[in-house]
Amino acid sequence: MRCPHPRGPLSTMVRGSLLRHAELDLDAFTRRADAVPRAHVLRDGDVQLALWTLYELHFRGFEDVSADLEWDPLLLGARGVLECLLERDLRRRTVERVQGALDADGPVAERIFDMVAADDGPRLAAYLHREATAAQVVEFLRERTVFHLKESDPQSLVLARLEGRAKTALAELLYDEFGGGRPERLHASMFADSLVGAGLESSYGAYLDEVSGTTLAVNNAMSLFALHRRLRGAAMGHFAAFEATSSVPSRKIAAGIRRVGLPEVVAAYFDEHVEADAVHEQLAVRTICATMVEEAPGLEADVFLGVATCLLLDGLAGGELLERWRASGSSDGPVEQVAS
Amino acid sequence: MRPVPSGSPGDVVAELCPGGPMLLRGVSAVRDEHGELHEATRPVVAVCMCGRSQRQPWCDGTHKAVRSTRRG
Repeated sequence: MRCPHPRGPLSTMVRGSLLRHAELDLDAFTRRADAVPRAHVLRDGDVQLALWTLYELHFRGFEDVSADLEWDPLLLGARGVLECLLERDLRRRTVERVQGALDADGPVAERIFDMVAADDGPRLAAYLHREATAAQVVEFLRERTVFHLKESDPQSLVLARLEGRAKTALAELLYDEFGGGRPERLHASMFADSLVGAGLESSYGAYLDEVSGTTLAVNNAMSLFALHRRLRGAAMGHFAAFEATSSVPSRKIAAGIRRVGLPEVVAAYFDEHVEADAVHEQLAVRTICATMVEEAPGLEADVFLGVATCLLLDGLAGGELLERWRASGSSDGPVEQVAS
Repeated sequence: MRPVPSGSPGDVVAELCPGGPMLLRGVSAVRDEHGELHEATRPVVAVCMCGRSQRQPWCDGTHKAVRSTRRG
């Protein structure tokens, strides 16, 4: 993957620095970042792409960027500025859900499941199941490439920060995510097979330039939580909510894929997640999160922050897709015709 | 949930999740009530306990719909 095309001043400054065109001016970068309206942070393509690019230095990197830049102090400074924006916005938008969970009675695991059950976000999976056109299903897969082609990679960074039972459970979960010893069962590889089946590019980052700022924010939140030890509670709360919102939607998405006539291999990835995530949600909610809070009660609020963040961002990303399809339908006739 | 005492490496410990499935670690297959054997393809499997899964004998998360109905 090559360094992505910039979407505005911040991602231009990051790209310029990564390609060694110009040293990053951290003061100018900070001023630019401070000027971003708070309400726009999560969907601002420039902010989110700049941060995604900086995070990617810690994952696969870019073929046209020197690996030495991963720990460059100026770039880490720029990353910190954007992380501050993101974390502040996530905390602001989730404060009510987090407080509600803190005030509720009952075991931590039940409160996490209750937060998930109470979520009334947009019904993206239901739409994909019953109504989406083949083109819309393919568009959904393209948006998801950013996440699924590096599935569970951010969470693997948290393993070294856990102990005892929570660590064992995360290792068990990750072993399954990473194929259980079989490379062809790596979830990221299975998704790549799905993409090929749907006629899409399966290379890492292939659709980076076209995915929305919100989609990048979904992924940035995972990296933010996973790369900071102080946020390990949020990382695992996020992971738990992600797993707990996967099994039933995956079943609907697989059915939708079959309904629009895409090849079986496209649905296979989602089939796998129906059963896998029914296991993973129990491990993540009960064994990882509940144990972490039992052993370190101070992590409770951050676990709920992670849960609420996952629900918030999934809702925003799903709502954005539905809105895009609705808008194209209303301006150009029925959605089915426009997207076919 | 308290940690279960660890047995010898060959032991299988079933874990019942409140309102959810039964987790089984290290089993090679589960035989359903009709005698049919279902291969376990992952290190931990979740067996449906609510009877509503569409992927018997495995859990598919449907118990959560049962749970939200019960909770009103």
